[in-house]
Amino acid sequence: MSIDLKLASIAPLRRTFDHIAARLGPDQSPSRYQEAVWGLQPELNFHYRPTWDPTRALYDPARSRIVMADYDDLVDPRQYYYGTWTVQRGRQQDAQERNFELVEKRGLLDHLDDAWRGHIERIVLPLRHVAWAANNNNCAIAAYGYGAPLTAACSLHMMDHLGIAQYISRIGLLLAGNGTSALDAARAAWIGDQNWQPLRALVETSMVQRDWGELFVLQNLVIDGCLHPLFFDRFAQTLATNGGAVFSMLTEFMVDWHVESARWVDAVIARVAAESAYNRMLLETWITTWLPQVRGALEPLAAQAFDERAVAVLDDVVVELVKRTVKCGLTV
Amino acid sequence: MADKVFIALQNNADAQPVIAAILQDNPAAKLHENPGMVKIDCPERLCVRRTSIEDRIGRAFDLQEIHLHLISLGGNIDEDDDEIVLSWGR
Repeated sequence: MSIDLKLASIAPLRRTFDHIAARLGPDQSPSRYQEAVWGLQPELNFHYRPTWDPTRALYDPARSRIVMADYDDLVDPRQYYYGTWTVQRGRQQDAQERNFELVEKRGLLDHLDDAWRGHIERIVLPLRHVAWAANNNNCAIAAYGYGAPLTAACSLHMMDHLGIAQYISRIGLLLAGNGTSALDAARAAWIGDQNWQPLRALVETSMVQRDWGELFVLQNLVIDGCLHPLFFDRFAQTLATNGGAVFSMLTEFMVDWHVESARWVDAVIARVAAESAYNRMLLETWITTWLPQVRGALEPLAAQAFDERAVAVLDDVVVELVKRTVKCGLTV
Repeated sequence: MADKVFIALQNNADAQPVIAAILQDNPAAKLHENPGMVKIDCPERLCVRRTSIEDRIGRAFDLQEIHLHLISLGGNIDEDDDEIVLSWGR
């Protein structure tokens, strides 16, 4: 007996949700990311204004001076939604965990000489407070911002910063043989040490910014764009040449993460800038306002970390950041 | 038919950017949709370019990942890290 297999081809009536098809065209297959973020921003049927801000609607684009015709255009080139983001971060967490295990098992930090150990304690550990502020700032953008592609990505960014704060804390625990003495000292430095006060003042100013667009530029572009290359790249290199390569193992995530998330930040800035001359003017004003202040706040720390090379290293980092903004279509 | 090369891929969400990249890089390519799979025919030469796929998925892509979705292909293969080229070598 022979069996005759017949193939019936059934064309699907629709490939995706109507609101996605309206953006892409009816014959296009959307990515999971596009389905996850587009059209998710609540817009309609809010009858009452929030009691905490009666001049505006609950979800109101006017909380930033930035104006976009369509806030769904601020997409993330990494295409992170909950699923892809957790898979990627899970993988990185496994790798980072192995690094910590190795350093602990072999006692690699014990071989570091005391001067450099002190440097890590005084220059890197207090950064956990900065990371926590970055976590709060991105939480604020996610809460008051507009358009699901941006607010969703900021929520993920917020958790990333919390992860960074935890990794820094773990370095502190390792340095103090699983005790909290190094972290206590770092907190005391954050609150009391003269070198940290300019940065602390700046970070606290950032936490009371009301305009989420400005906060995005300040936190995600200017602060992160100066601080991460300075401490996790340049300072790590200085340590590595002085027998502290182990520090690079413990901060591998921060370096990879900064390169990756900078792509997202740049893409958002470039898209906002491309929207209108008014947006471009806003972004340029914000960058020229904050960049000198961030640089000034980092100066005493750079002097502590790099001695006589401090100005050159800081210049280098700032030039790199300005190059990024030029690529985004801005002139600062 | 002998002058045509083809590649058949599973028609799932992960393969969409690969399919779209192939169609963009090979203007002469024709897409045939079957249940669960797509077959792309192309006269003479068909190339799968890593950078075009990466532009679509927003992350680094190893061309060997294509094997997760690959069903079949026709043509001699010339592959390196940046592209896979199918042709009959004439």
